[in-house]
Amino acid sequence: MARMTPEINAGSMADIAFLLLIFFLVTTTMDVDTGITRMLPPPIDPAAPEPPPVRERNVFVVLVDRNDRLLVEGQPGRIEDLRRQTKEFLENPANDPTMPEKVTRDIEHLGEVEVSRGVISLQNDRGTSYEMYIAVQNELTAAINELRDELSRERFGRRFRDLTDEDLVNAIRQAVPMAISEAEPKDIEGGR
Amino acid sequence: MARFRKEEGKKTPKINTASLPDIIFMLLFFFMVTTTMRETTLFVRTSLPQATEIQPLERRSLVSFIYIGPPIQSQVYGTEPRIQLSDSFASVADIPSYISAEREAISEAERPLMTISLKVDRDTRMGIVTDVKQELRNVNALRVNYSTLRGDVTGN
Repeated sequence: MARMTPEINAGSMADIAFLLLIFFLVTTTMDVDTGITRMLPPPIDPAAPEPPPVRERNVFVVLVDRNDRLLVEGQPGRIEDLRRQTKEFLENPANDPTMPEKVTRDIEHLGEVEVSRGVISLQNDRGTSYEMYIAVQNELTAAINELRDELSRERFGRRFRDLTDEDLVNAIRQAVPMAISEAEPKDIEGGR
Repeated sequence: MARFRKEEGKKTPKINTASLPDIIFMLLFFFMVTTTMRETTLFVRTSLPQATEIQPLERRSLVSFIYIGPPIQSQVYGTEPRIQLSDSFASVADIPSYISAEREAISEAERPLMTISLKVDRDTRMGIVTDVKQELRNVNALRVNYSTLRGDVTGN
């Protein structure tokens, strides 16, 4: 105890820490990026043969025009009804001959299930607002997600998004495919 | 003497600030962990639309961003929506080189998982977005994420 080390003045430590804190507050963002994930169709190979035409009863046509108006299966539609209409189309509960066919497929973990062959065809104008486009995409996704939820609850007793087993998730995905197809953009230059 | 003692008794005790750096450091670590670095300075305004069926974007290293919206400095650049790639304005023709550069940065095994996040202003017309999507298809960057906020679509 002959010599004591002199005490280091730590009074400015707080200031240094504050400086660092403020630097991080300024340069970073807090928001988690969220959004609707979609797979775009692969580019068309001009040499490839024309795909077989899809039967008319299997296609659910959704058109959005430059004034953000909806045309659902040839009828003027409202965004509020789109989800219900899409679900009805994909489910086809009454086996209506004008609604999509179903094929019975044997899927692992689910057994034999009826899979709808319905395809949603979404077409928009160049003048459609992005907001409306997202609203339509959202409603179509919501319809499919609800169908997946229903099937998942019925078979596994849990919501689709709460499924943790990758195999079960894939089984549901196969039973209710995300069948949204976006039409090739047409150059209609400003709509009709 | 009595008077002096009285004054001494009134003095406010000194607050011990030795733990102040620790508290600030704790805050600092909290922010370092919960936030992510800003990578680009935005030149375009992107007020995102709202949607309910959203998924979080994971693995930020696999995500590339394309911003579309009206320029913030509208006196200089006008109000017509523009595309921003990394730190500059760009045109649709610049997208292939941007995508291939971004793809190079990802390890080969993970390239199929590469996601393009489209941050598009809600008032943009679909024309420019369609052009971008067509260009992405041409370069085989097929996983896209339409960036949205959580909220009711009718609240748009």
